[in-house]
Amino acid sequence: MTTQSLAEDREIRRITLSHKLNRWDMKVSPYLYVSPFFILFILTGLFPLLYTAYVSVFDWHIIGGQGDFAGSGNFEWVLGQDKFWVALRNSFSIFLISAIPQVILALIIAAILDQNLRAKTFWRMGVLVPYVVAPVAVALIFSNMFGDQYGLVNNALGRIGIDPVGWHSQVLPSHFAIATMVNFRWTGYNALIFLAAMQAVPRDYYEAAMLDGANRIRQFFSITIPSLRPTLIFVIITSTIGGLQIFDEPRMYDTTGAGGASSQWLTITMYIYNLGFGPAGGGQFGRAAAAAWLLFLIIIVVGLINLAATRTIATSGSRSSK
Amino acid sequence: MSKSRRTTAVAAIAGAAAFALLAAGCSSSATPGADEEVTELTLATFNDFGYTDEMLAEYTELTGIEIVHNKAATSGDARTNYFTKLGAGSGLADVEAVEIDWFAELLQYSDKLYDLSNDEVADRWVQWKTDAATDADGRLIAYGTDIGPQAICYRSDLFAEAGLPTDREEVAAMIDGDWDAYFAAGEEFVANSDAAWFDSSGAILQGILNQEEETLESTDGEIIATTNPVVEDAYNTVLDASPELSAHLSQWSDDWSAGFANGAFATMLCPSWMLGVIEGNAPEVEGWDVANVFPNGGGNWGGSYLTVPAQSEKAEAAKAFADWLTDPEQQLKAFVSTGNFPSQTSLYEAEELLSVTRPYFNEAPTGEIFSDRSAAIEVAPYKSVNYFPVMDALQNAITRVDVDETQDADASWEQFVTDVEAIG
Repeated sequence: MTTQSLAEDREIRRITLSHKLNRWDMKVSPYLYVSPFFILFILTGLFPLLYTAYVSVFDWHIIGGQGDFAGSGNFEWVLGQDKFWVALRNSFSIFLISAIPQVILALIIAAILDQNLRAKTFWRMGVLVPYVVAPVAVALIFSNMFGDQYGLVNNALGRIGIDPVGWHSQVLPSHFAIATMVNFRWTGYNALIFLAAMQAVPRDYYEAAMLDGANRIRQFFSITIPSLRPTLIFVIITSTIGGLQIFDEPRMYDTTGAGGASSQWLTITMYIYNLGFGPAGGGQFGRAAAAAWLLFLIIIVVGLINLAATRTIATSGSRSSK
Repeated sequence: MSKSRRTTAVAAIAGAAAFALLAAGCSSSATPGADEEVTELTLATFNDFGYTDEMLAEYTELTGIEIVHNKAATSGDARTNYFTKLGAGSGLADVEAVEIDWFAELLQYSDKLYDLSNDEVADRWVQWKTDAATDADGRLIAYGTDIGPQAICYRSDLFAEAGLPTDREEVAAMIDGDWDAYFAAGEEFVANSDAAWFDSSGAILQGILNQEEETLESTDGEIIATTNPVVEDAYNTVLDASPELSAHLSQWSDDWSAGFANGAFATMLCPSWMLGVIEGNAPEVEGWDVANVFPNGGGNWGGSYLTVPAQSEKAEAAKAFADWLTDPEQQLKAFVSTGNFPSQTSLYEAEELLSVTRPYFNEAPTGEIFSDRSAAIEVAPYKSVNYFPVMDALQNAITRVDVDETQDADASWEQFVTDVEAIG
């Protein structure tokens, strides 16, 4: 080989190297930039998830630690417990009682806030105030109000001649009371999200509708709601996940946090917590981990159903808007 | 069951793990010289132990050791914190309080606690208190703080309205006898009053069962709650009396707390620490008094211990501190401050204790009364690892019938049997 060709070769190699580096930069850098999220996710999301799966196949005591291998024993045990199914029923029931009125109320509040009000910012901040209150404080106040014998609500009902309601002893009333706390806290929050979305709707639509003679209510259903579709979907999915994981409010609904004498308001997360840490039958980490994984699977299933429903709505939405 | 109180956050200070000590941690004594230069100790309690800031400052003055005091709101919170961190191997305070009802569960892991036995304190406590804190290998793993000798607290104003005697001696004479005598007095009361006789059926059940040696578990470790006639009899006795006599409140619920001020009931079982609870729930009410009597003799409800976890790096200093805290002199101060009755025998004859009275309870000589009541305790119920969950299930069974009224006694018992089967 001649010296000239060697030099040429080196030159080409140098180009390819920097070229390669350049290509790596293009390929790898974006991943590096987003990597903090994934590293955090692996540490705080994925690792606990996998470790919980590991714990769920062993007998595992809170103090004693890892015990014998149990295989699917813990899962079978949990599925065979009446309490698990009652807790599942309660979670879904509280979720439905809270989510549906919440979304409707939030939409109405947002629509009102979207009007030309005086002291706009004051009202908009106002609806967020309940969200700032700690959930535990909310629960303490509400559980006092919903006392069976000496509660404020039953007192008021008594004044107008209605029999006291068993807010703690009966299943549905207890769910209703807990849903009230959830709604108190989250309605304003969701209303602000809706409000933000509503403000993004072009004002021309409304002007055109007004010229066509549509009244406010017609405008709301024919313009506002369809434009809010993606936001609606977001709110519904987040409140589904939040609703199935509801814990603070029912936990603080009475002083012992056991969910009632016949598990009237025991939710699935409370069931898991009580298995793992609770005074009655606590310390069973293996079984708690199995129940936690079952909840994870349930949320995934519900999430998939949501996604499917969302897709149909989204496609029909885009078609109708054209 | 817990004495529910105002919330104070549990803060735990995790010391750097001393691996050498952890490795040696299973042995019963600390490495000598390991705790030279201790300048700070942590203490964790729950509810109100009566360990005031002044008292802890006194210890700082004596020894130069600063005390950091963490209080949990309820014993349930304290239990969760304790068990989690005992399992994790770090994060517990140097001196940790534990309650009698979950103590047995802890005894299984007694090797995670220091042996506190010491000739100087050997005879300090009532015997059954010491026995319960001694593990299978004969190691003393905890120092006793208070016990809960029970009397009867009553509303003299409601008694007067119903035409019953109000003087505490006469009330004691009227109630004296077995549980039937107590219920009979109640029937006379409710016939002439709108108020109920007692606060909660669950509390009465606990009172009855605390007088028996074997209740929920047999001494050889089986759960016998569902087959033991003692338990079923107590269950039926309470539920037979409850329709007429109970205020249908579930203990520690918001309604229960409100019931004190609303005059919902006239009497309640009253372990010494309950005095503070009553006063706190109904500061405005006048007429609460204590009678030196308890159905069927004596009974103990509750009481706590102090332990030194093996994960503490300051074992000797912590031991000395726990010793000082459970010294009769300090326990007497705690009794005066909160009514937690000491488990230290030398105090029961002491003038300082016997002369204690309580203004809220019509100047009742509580020192004398609870001294008498503690002498009447004959039985320490056997409580083992499943005591807490089984008792919880039993209390739920009572609540379903007495408070929620969602089931009758038989159906609720059947569910209790199912619940207990799930505990195993």
